[in-house]
Amino acid sequence: MAPLIELRGITKRFGGVTALDDVSLRIEPGEIHCLAGENGSGKSTIIKVISGVYTPDQGEILIDGTAVGALSPPLSIAHGIQVIYQDFSLFPTLTVAENIVLNSLLKDGRRAINWRVARRDAIEVLERLGVQLDPSATVETLPTSGRQIVAIARAVLADARLIIMDEPTTALTGKEVDNLFRIVRDLQYHGIAVLFVSHKMREMLEISERLTVFRNGRKVAEGPISEFDEPAITRAMTGRDLTARRYDWVPTRGMPRLELRSLTVPGEIYDINLALMPGEVVGVSGLIGSGRTELALALFGMRPGYRGEIWLDGKPAHLQTVQQAITEGIAYVPEDRLSEGLFLPRSIQDNAIAGSIPGYSRGGLLDFRRARADTLDMFKAMQIAAPGTDAAVSTLSGGNQQRVVIGRWLMTGARVLILNGPTVGVDVGSKAQIHAIIHGLARDKGLAVLMISDDLPELVQNCNRVVHMQQGRLTGELSGDALTEDAVGDKLRFRG
Amino acid sequence: MRLAASSDMVIAAILIVAMVVIGLINPAFWSLDNLFSLLKSNVVIGIMALAVLLVMLSGGIDVSFTAFAVAGMYLTVRTMVDIGYDGVVLPLLAATGIGAALGLVNALIVHKLRMIPLIVTLGTGAVVRGLVLGLVGTSIVNINKMPRELIAFGRSDILTMTNAGGTTFGLTAMLPIYLGLALVLHLVLTRTLIGRSVYAYGASPEAAKRVGFPIGRTLVFVYVTAGALAGLAGILQSAMIWQANPRDFLGWELDVIAAVVLGGASIFGGRGTVLGTVLGVFILVMIKNSLILMGIETTWQRVVVGGMLIAATALTALRDRKALV
Repeated sequence: MAPLIELRGITKRFGGVTALDDVSLRIEPGEIHCLAGENGSGKSTIIKVISGVYTPDQGEILIDGTAVGALSPPLSIAHGIQVIYQDFSLFPTLTVAENIVLNSLLKDGRRAINWRVARRDAIEVLERLGVQLDPSATVETLPTSGRQIVAIARAVLADARLIIMDEPTTALTGKEVDNLFRIVRDLQYHGIAVLFVSHKMREMLEISERLTVFRNGRKVAEGPISEFDEPAITRAMTGRDLTARRYDWVPTRGMPRLELRSLTVPGEIYDINLALMPGEVVGVSGLIGSGRTELALALFGMRPGYRGEIWLDGKPAHLQTVQQAITEGIAYVPEDRLSEGLFLPRSIQDNAIAGSIPGYSRGGLLDFRRARADTLDMFKAMQIAAPGTDAAVSTLSGGNQQRVVIGRWLMTGARVLILNGPTVGVDVGSKAQIHAIIHGLARDKGLAVLMISDDLPELVQNCNRVVHMQQGRLTGELSGDALTEDAVGDKLRFRG
Repeated sequence: MRLAASSDMVIAAILIVAMVVIGLINPAFWSLDNLFSLLKSNVVIGIMALAVLLVMLSGGIDVSFTAFAVAGMYLTVRTMVDIGYDGVVLPLLAATGIGAALGLVNALIVHKLRMIPLIVTLGTGAVVRGLVLGLVGTSIVNINKMPRELIAFGRSDILTMTNAGGTTFGLTAMLPIYLGLALVLHLVLTRTLIGRSVYAYGASPEAAKRVGFPIGRTLVFVYVTAGALAGLAGILQSAMIWQANPRDFLGWELDVIAAVVLGGASIFGGRGTVLGTVLGVFILVMIKNSLILMGIETTWQRVVVGGMLIAATALTALRDRKALV
């Protein structure tokens, strides 16, 4: 049987930049294929070539073994290709049913909409996918996983033969990922091919049958998934070996940097006792809703009603506002750096000094010279890849943006660094560098680091201790040889 | 659908409560005479509100409609006077066409130059008003010069009654035109793909593009229809008040936009219904009417309407935020 779609020798240039350099990609009918690559490897560009948004400068595209000339979005859709973008491209104010059927109505060139039929079709597709969703709910009321299902249902109803999913698991919890995989296998059962675009190792190995790896606009590896293991994929993606080193912390005597005594926020966290020594990196595992984020917020002065005590370097601290927490040397890198942590259109420097403006004030004016000098130091220490400190943060990759956020806190003279999902949406190479930077801060500057993460390998490799939270309480601790991915995973699964 | 439906119910409930309260303060409110005159006041502002609703659903804000109404009305009536033509159908079509043509200009600028509708319509509105005054004239066409048939059309009633004092009053024949337009727009918006494309584009322009909606066509539909409605509203106004004033409709933007927002449409697009807008118009006209009956000056009426606009926007914003949780 001819491949569903085959790209041969595709080259795409933007100005002087070659985004895709003579790449090929072949997807068989009904297969689950994974396209891996770091940010900037050309993954997004190839998706847009397949979906007809970009016309390649060279190369040919074959669908069902027949060469098609230039694709356009409607043409691509007519061939049964559907793309589910990271933002799902749904209409938040419209209902689930309408979101599901609109695509197909458009595709069929319909002029009118019959609500009864629309609703019936939507319910039918949702049932086929084996999911429960209220067809008359507006999409904006759904959680991310629900929106994703709507997007998938929409693609299925539009007679998709190939569904391309761009980083589909980024915002999902472990359970939701399992559910997504179940749906993907079900799609396959119905003969629909799925192209997973991802940089998460585990998922690729678990779900896909074949793998294609891009690096710097070139295809560097391709083959059945059985020929790959994690190190092989990482090597292909980054072009180098990344040996993950465990973080070793040599116990020190003296005062804990941060000590929590019976910390309680009614309704959120209860009776937390925890001490962090200088140089310690302590992980926090737990499901969403276990109180892990609330713990971070309490330490960052965002839960003024807390009870119990917080001690810093042997002195009691009163953390009633964010400003107090910053003054006390607590830094917090939130989960969603895009909406909570960064001013995207502003420069690296503006973002860097945003946390310490009062410190740069001279008679009410900003001391630009000092701000520039300090920013430059941070820029170098964090190894940010950008033309300079004047570059807008929106132009940086996810990994570099995260470095700006962390670097900003160093400029406030932080003693305690709280990281919530420090490498969500960051590619493998950048991830390793961010981890190395965090280790350096703990080891050399004596910061105490509290790392909240869903990423088990990340916790195990970076922390000398991992505490587990459940229903607002600390329920366990793993360290030394007992600290393994399986052990942490067991604790998480314990309550399913 | 459910959310929209419940939103309309809330507005209807507000309307009923307001009617009861106003009726208690001023029993004359419930007289048929007063109700008929209220409904008459709904017509022009209501048709304009339909235009504004359409633009707001697509995620934009239109402030050029008053200028387009003036252009449609004044160009048509002046031409009629100058060439000595009298009639109804042709002038109505002409004014509507003028509005539609101007709307097309809005659509092209918004679509091709990807500019913010508020700025575009602020600009085109000012230009059109200026051109009408500068090139066509500033003099008011008064009742003595107004085409007779147009006046007769504007005065026609579908229902005539006599009150206790022996004077007759009627229900304007313009009302079915307004409600008919509202019904057609409702059907187009809810049952056709071009109508749904307006909601889709307003909810998420990027998604609408990716799904394959012909965005250009949607925007042309929105602004041409809005312009046409504005032009028609303009000529109906002149027929109903028996004069064509090139400086008419100054400051109407406030009332009309307030009515649409009061009717539950979201200024962020993608949310709103024709029924809600019709109810919103009625509430606004009724409140203004009662302020007049209570003898409150027009300057203070603007304070009330402005306050209502802010309150209604705040309420809808709260509602939208709640929906997002």
